[in-house]
Amino acid sequence: MATPIFEVKNLDVRFSTPDGEVRAVNNANFRIEEGECLGVVGESGSGKSQLFLSTLGLLAGNGRVTGSVLYRGREILGLPEKELNKLRGSKITMIFQDPLTSLTPHMRVGAQLIETLQVHRSVPAGEAERRVLETLELVRIPEAKARMGQYPHELSGGMRQRVMIAMAVLCGPDLLIADEPTTALDVTVQAQILEIMRDLKAELKTAIAIVSHDMGVIAGLADHVQVMRRGDIVETGSVDRIFYAPKHDYTKMLLDAMPRIDQPDRPGHARLMPLPLQSRTLLDVRDLKVYFPVRTGGLFAKRKALRAVDGVSFQLNEGETLGVVGESGCGKSTLARAVLKLLPKTDGAVVWCGRDLGPMQQEDIRKLREELQIVFQDPLASLDPRMTIGQSIAEPLRTLKPQLSRDEVRKEVREMMERVGLEPGWINRYPHEFSGGQNQRVGIARAMIVKPRLVVCDEAVSALDVSIQAQIVDLLVRLQAEFGMSLIFISHDLSVVRQVSHRVMVLYLGRVVELAGRETIYENPRHPYTRALIRAVPVPDPKMERSKPRAKIALELPSPLDTRAQLTFLKSKLIDDPDAEQYRPKLIEVAPGHLVAEHD
Amino acid sequence: MIATGTSAANAELMTNAVAVRGRSLWVDARRRLFRNKAAMVSIVVLALIALTAIFLPLVWPYAYDDIDFTLVNCAPDWWPDPDVMCHSGGWHIFGSDSVGRDLFVRVLYGARVSLAVGLVATFVSLVIGVVYGATAGFIGGAIDDVMMRVVDVLYSLPFIFFVIILMVIFNQSIWLMFIAIGAVEWLTMARIVRGQTLSIKEKEFIEAARAGGVSQRGIIGRHIVPNVVGPVIIYVTLTIPSVILSESFLSFLGLGIREPLTSWGVLISEGSNQLESAPWMLIFPALFMAVTLFCFNFIGDGLRDALDPKDR
Repeated sequence: MATPIFEVKNLDVRFSTPDGEVRAVNNANFRIEEGECLGVVGESGSGKSQLFLSTLGLLAGNGRVTGSVLYRGREILGLPEKELNKLRGSKITMIFQDPLTSLTPHMRVGAQLIETLQVHRSVPAGEAERRVLETLELVRIPEAKARMGQYPHELSGGMRQRVMIAMAVLCGPDLLIADEPTTALDVTVQAQILEIMRDLKAELKTAIAIVSHDMGVIAGLADHVQVMRRGDIVETGSVDRIFYAPKHDYTKMLLDAMPRIDQPDRPGHARLMPLPLQSRTLLDVRDLKVYFPVRTGGLFAKRKALRAVDGVSFQLNEGETLGVVGESGCGKSTLARAVLKLLPKTDGAVVWCGRDLGPMQQEDIRKLREELQIVFQDPLASLDPRMTIGQSIAEPLRTLKPQLSRDEVRKEVREMMERVGLEPGWINRYPHEFSGGQNQRVGIARAMIVKPRLVVCDEAVSALDVSIQAQIVDLLVRLQAEFGMSLIFISHDLSVVRQVSHRVMVLYLGRVVELAGRETIYENPRHPYTRALIRAVPVPDPKMERSKPRAKIALELPSPLDTRAQLTFLKSKLIDDPDAEQYRPKLIEVAPGHLVAEHD
Repeated sequence: MIATGTSAANAELMTNAVAVRGRSLWVDARRRLFRNKAAMVSIVVLALIALTAIFLPLVWPYAYDDIDFTLVNCAPDWWPDPDVMCHSGGWHIFGSDSVGRDLFVRVLYGARVSLAVGLVATFVSLVIGVVYGATAGFIGGAIDDVMMRVVDVLYSLPFIFFVIILMVIFNQSIWLMFIAIGAVEWLTMARIVRGQTLSIKEKEFIEAARAGGVSQRGIIGRHIVPNVVGPVIIYVTLTIPSVILSESFLSFLGLGIREPLTSWGVLISEGSNQLESAPWMLIFPALFMAVTLFCFNFIGDGLRDALDPKDR
């Protein structure tokens, strides 16, 4: 057998902290052959990132690594910095999760790439520039020449990640280590990046090690898979073996917890309650608009309106869940905040139980807060770090129902904590003592304590690990069955939305492009954007991923300041002037309850 | 799932009803502070200096203004150079000054004045700065702009010039000193508090509180102020030494404390005039002041590490 490109034997990584030694990686053994892709999957804290950082000598100061790391049969662990630098960035390269922090902000993209090349290879300047341009085209950066003169902050997230990949493959590496390369990106961009990586593997025969928490990403790219849990590699095998015949309980649990866009109602998960046949319309949003004034340019700046939400209408019935889906910047969070009157609206109306919320006084709105609640994305940031979780949960109760006595409040808090799966004995603990999932339960308890009739979940499960995410989703579905409240479930993750929503609304740059029942929208999407979104979702099923048609379109989310952007799918009515007032695509009812925006 | 699985355990806990005491951020910070040796030693030393300054003069055989012309410029009893020793009188462990006053008790009085100026002026700056900065930061918009431009203008006034004018217009007094220094120090405090308020205002838990119907006053009182306290405490411990230095500087120039009352600045000023003939007159007050400033700075550093461990 030929020497593998990369081989790790008995690798241990330890961190010494004031609270004792932390074992990040225990006795890891694996090898990567030429042109092969190894997928490492695990939840946060499983040591999957440290595994690769340690092999390249990139550990934090308090880390210690023992064992053996062989690059083409040569020991590289403990090599002097100078020797390592010859390898890193040329033979073994890395891409990280956040492409903005990995690029130097004050250097032009082209200059950074050329520098990388010239550090490792002595090539003349002209030749270097040509090579860089070629590589940028390889990672399908449109107008590559112009991009080279731009600064990192001028590029979108997807473009930056492409630049990072270009930088990584520039010197013709043997091994490319990608640490959560698409986690910070939108699904459509993620699909493009994964496509590029697949091509690199096929064309350049580069071995790839991809680290991800997303089973779908791994399924589409990896040949071999390694499942990590708390520093241990619990299962290794070919991608098909791991996905179709998992042996370890943890692997099974991970696969089961992963929401699947193709299988919404799986056994073992809380089922969405069917809608009551006759239910009242609770919320009626009519042509809601939220604009933010933005200054563009320099001293004599023009004020432009950023149309975050631009004419959105929908209705929500009692006990119903409306899923709101869209990529970053589509205005889904702004929409939620405008509905809850946490942000002022520019135009339109929000009618709650037949009352227009527009002209209401501040005092009335405070009473309304009893009925409208919100759960936030970041569980830790949404809790006051100086308050115990009991105080946080009790706060809405104290302000909205001041007539309750201390003991009554305490009793209700304890009851609610139990309902959301928190031990009532934790009432005096602080948020930093809990995990993300537990803190999210606190956030849900805080929203539910006043028994609201509508809860808005703003990316409420996006920051959580899949297994925790599954628990929180189940909790929400269960609470809905118990209390009968309506939900607006906002997420960029179409799989989760499918699991919890009765109806789904797709937003694109502040406007509705499609609104339909959950089955219809996933089985029979009409709008090209909806289709692209659904196709882009990685499915944790390797055969399905391999047979997927390859999307070659480079869909980039344009700037919402540009009024032309909203007509991306209706080019025939476009007026080519960035400031002109454009045609507004109408929503057409193609079937009862199925609205689709006009498109070409 | 987990939720249903633990409910039996929960029911048990409900009956036992023993709520676990949480570790608050303050408890964490205190633990980290106690582990910091430099800060702990500083706290002890500072406490010793303060207690000595407060209580020892009450029982000391000399008052700070007891003049004794028979004992002018005496070296301490244990000073190595016997020529300048004068044993005729009593017992001066730090020697005596040019009019025969006991230097030890005067250093202690200097400590009283310097620490008092440090604390009172810092308190003045704290009150003005926190109220001003929190208001500007929370209201935001045009009001914030105007309020912070006022701070910028005041910043640009030369401090010494400002104090000299104050001293000339009004009479020189210790109270004026408090006001003058406090009036300058609050500017930085206001900026720090405003910055903190702005960043906390944008946090999700503030939005959560608004969604929970909490009033503006409730948000400021319950959520913003407690979260600003950490950085403010740190800044306070670092302001005190700078105020003490300012006072010494003013006194050194003759603009500060008036005779017979004294401060470290006055003592150092006098001592430096007689550096050759009576070095102890400079050494002791300077030593006390240096130790005190070191202590405050170590405590400030320790607090910063304790309250904001990520901020290093």
